[in-house]
Amino acid sequence: MRVYLNFLPAVVSLALVACSAPPAGRAPAPQASAKDAVGPGPMDVTSPQRLRVMSSQQYTNTLFNIFGPDLKFDTRFPPLVRTGGLLGNGGAIAGVSDSQLEQYQRTAALVAAEVTNPTHRTFLIPCKPVDEKSADAACAAKFLPAIGRLLYRHPLVPEQTEALVKEAGEAATRFKDFYAGLAYALEGMLISPEMLLIAETSEPDPKRPGHQRLDAYSFATRLSLFLWNAGPDSTLLDAAASGELYTPKGRAKIVDMMLASPRLESGVRAFFDDMFGFDDFATLAKDAETYPSFTGATAADAREQTLRTLVDHLVANNGDYRDLFTTRKTFVSTALAPIYGVPAGRGWVPYEFPEGSPRTGILTHISFLAVHSHPGRSSPTLRGKALRELLLCQQVPRPPANVDFSAVENPKSTIKTQRERVNLHLANPVCAGCHKITDPMGLALENFDGSGAYRTTERGAPIDASGNLDGKSFTDVVGLGRALHDHPSLPTCLVERVYSYGSGGTANEQSKPMLTYLNQEFAAHGYRLPSLLRTIAMSNAFSEVKPPETRTASVPTQSSQTK
Amino acid sequence: MDSFLTQLNRRRVLKGMLNGSAVTVALPLLDVFLNGNGTAMADGSPLPVRYGTWFWGLGMASKIFVPKKYGANWEITEEMEALRGVQKQINVLTNFTAFRDTYQNLCHYTGWVIQMSGSTPATQNDKPGESIDITIGNEIGRRTRFKNLTATATGDVRTTYSYENQTTPTTPEWSPTQFYTRLFGPDFQDPNAAEFKPNPRAMTRKSVLSAVMDDVKRVESRVSAEDKARVDQYLSGLRHIEKQLDQQLTKPEPRAACVPVKAPKEDGAMGGAADMVSARHRLMTDLMVMAVACDQTRVFNMAYSAASSSTIKPGYEKPHHTCTHEEPVDDTLGYQPNASWFTRRAMEEWAYYVQAFSKVKEGDGTVLDNVFIHAFTDHGYARVHSLDGMPIFTAGRAGGKLKSGLHIDGGGSPATRVGFTAMRLMGLTNKEWGTKSNNTSKEVSEILA
Repeated sequence: MRVYLNFLPAVVSLALVACSAPPAGRAPAPQASAKDAVGPGPMDVTSPQRLRVMSSQQYTNTLFNIFGPDLKFDTRFPPLVRTGGLLGNGGAIAGVSDSQLEQYQRTAALVAAEVTNPTHRTFLIPCKPVDEKSADAACAAKFLPAIGRLLYRHPLVPEQTEALVKEAGEAATRFKDFYAGLAYALEGMLISPEMLLIAETSEPDPKRPGHQRLDAYSFATRLSLFLWNAGPDSTLLDAAASGELYTPKGRAKIVDMMLASPRLESGVRAFFDDMFGFDDFATLAKDAETYPSFTGATAADAREQTLRTLVDHLVANNGDYRDLFTTRKTFVSTALAPIYGVPAGRGWVPYEFPEGSPRTGILTHISFLAVHSHPGRSSPTLRGKALRELLLCQQVPRPPANVDFSAVENPKSTIKTQRERVNLHLANPVCAGCHKITDPMGLALENFDGSGAYRTTERGAPIDASGNLDGKSFTDVVGLGRALHDHPSLPTCLVERVYSYGSGGTANEQSKPMLTYLNQEFAAHGYRLPSLLRTIAMSNAFSEVKPPETRTASVPTQSSQTK
Repeated sequence: MDSFLTQLNRRRVLKGMLNGSAVTVALPLLDVFLNGNGTAMADGSPLPVRYGTWFWGLGMASKIFVPKKYGANWEITEEMEALRGVQKQINVLTNFTAFRDTYQNLCHYTGWVIQMSGSTPATQNDKPGESIDITIGNEIGRRTRFKNLTATATGDVRTTYSYENQTTPTTPEWSPTQFYTRLFGPDFQDPNAAEFKPNPRAMTRKSVLSAVMDDVKRVESRVSAEDKARVDQYLSGLRHIEKQLDQQLTKPEPRAACVPVKAPKEDGAMGGAADMVSARHRLMTDLMVMAVACDQTRVFNMAYSAASSSTIKPGYEKPHHTCTHEEPVDDTLGYQPNASWFTRRAMEEWAYYVQAFSKVKEGDGTVLDNVFIHAFTDHGYARVHSLDGMPIFTAGRAGGKLKSGLHIDGGGSPATRVGFTAMRLMGLTNKEWGTKSNNTSKEVSEILA
């Protein structure tokens, strides 16, 4: 059934969302139970009230949720600036350039034309005009505010509806086409700052005098971007309108409904795509002469493989986050099979590497191994750096500008393996400081070349994949996976990233008690992601905000001084 | 805001545009647009002078790059062999410095930030404020369809050296096919078309835009003073679109040099191999040159490669950046042969860029005569991340205000002098540019005509 009508009455919409069958091959999402019940956490912690720019993926997801996934349009909006480890946090500081708005405009025109074309209009527009060649204010007034509420994430004020209906009418008359009129009005909504700028607003908390909380629509939006990476649907907006969202029971009901929705998968994918730096896939290229098996399809499927594994493990099976780094269960596709050396199936198939296989954990996925390598060779340093920065939230210092590379310049020497090469760094005290931080665990991945293929030798010399991670030694990559699994920073890093992602900006000093609380809860619930998401969504700090201080505008620009 | 009709009247939009009915205007042809000398438009207004940048990553090797001879007729060096055909059209400026002052040398970052913004970044997160192309665009770019066009040949949308402010990089075009559509797609108005047909879609969009602008006020009322600046920026973007729509409703001035190119059939392989980057660079360049010739923009940026360039030499295990650090200096040659291979590829593309502007006739010369292109890089000698000995090129004659064919010794002076020279040439009136040691009030006077 082709129904995406999120502007239907709440009861219908709720039924659609809550009763949607999980995707084939995936177990139902975990339902909340009494043992999951959590408190509001520290009551003296708030999160900042923010203005965020909508990301490309949030825009796409929102439109797909409203109009259906068969809409054809291209949203390659510019990436946000990675801040505090996440691109998503960049939305809280990003501006919108002229060229960006041009892009929004082009995309808006495509989307509006798609929604109103003869194929889609029959089921996306809830009424028919009296005459398709004329304006029809009644039908326009039915469609535009309903869609506008979903795009703007709050109901339109009457003046907004009136203006849109008027514009639709004038355009319909000009082009003698009711649907053309609707398209232009819709196009306008899609470039409105109400759609693309997420401006949180707050109100006094009636239960806690002297405290501010997000208003109900802003809270619904924050929840929805957090869990679904999309704007809120009709059910959520209804709950905001009725006040249900701010009753303890209502909030729990809505959060659990959202966690049970298939849309959680989009949210979880978006988060990990961001946290693991998968935006690097956009430019991942390997030297075709060195790695002929590594193609564009390999790169695309490598990203998908890891995301599928994450969703299956964390959401469908409610697995322990730490086990991601030891599991042999994954999915493979035709494009990945040659590099993994496994039989090619049709499309994506679940696959478990045999016991004793070095392919344990997502560190041994092509996604991690190939992205953090050079185009023509592996890199223990890049891999070690990525492990520390992406998974443990540690900062590896940048190399000094006056670094002397002469030790590793060795064209005709007997050096064969990367271990021998990086060991040269350790002889130089200037290099050794940082390379000791990155190389010992990166070397444990040396059984995988720069494309992610398994190998036991390099230029004819056997590979020694031993290493250590913060005091834990191991002899191979399986040991590295175990050491990482048990590393105390692994779960705390995830907690910090998830919390800052959810609250829309980098966690600050003031967030510390909240992070401590979340770490305790995460451990107490067995390091299950849905439980962590729920704890955050139910916390006081997630809805109580510190309104921004009024500050003066930014510093004068060169332009303002040169004229 | 002015009413819709008032705006139209003010802009003297031709009658009969409603419903897109055509207005046929007898237009003169090609050089008849120009005055008798071919140096100005027929109505006496001078041909526009434009500002552009071109970026390549990872500098050069001075031993085989820097000519020994200064002034005119400098000898072609090994790494600049590809520039033989454009020697008379460019200036080579060597031995300039990007001063880091008390800050750390942020590898592959400090050098270009200083040249684009005039100031030294304190940290990697310290993004440039308004970059020079934006400053110049605010002076000369307001009347064209695009205030600024920015493109990259790397295929990576993150490769940009243009910033509206610290949090707003200018989005580069990275796909030739998308770039073509933006420039010459349905919204392009051929300035030389015999028939002018105002676009009824533009009129409708403009009207809708006025409703959208009311939404800006609503959002603005809900945000803090600091965030208000970001909402204002959004409003300025909407006004930019409004201006573009106005232009679609107004008969454009004829541009003899404007001969729209054919649409690229495809983007080509998006990998980082030097040949792929080169193919992409040439497609993007051809589009950019024609965008300038058609007066779609007067400010343009092109990045051939990135700072920390990851361009690949087929069959060689290290990308360009890693190569500059890890390849030994060849005892016999006295330089890093593979690193130099990458520099030579960059110079081939710089030559292509310059030639592309010189191939399009404009007035009694070429478009190149009416541009000032400022080519820069992130380091002098990338192997050691040097910020001195920086090479810079200029190309074009800036409407006759610039000499070309010279090799100039910067004597270690600030690289910002070239940017300051550009500002002055483009009509800005600031007496100085840059901060601390990068502050300058001295143009590179040797290249001024």
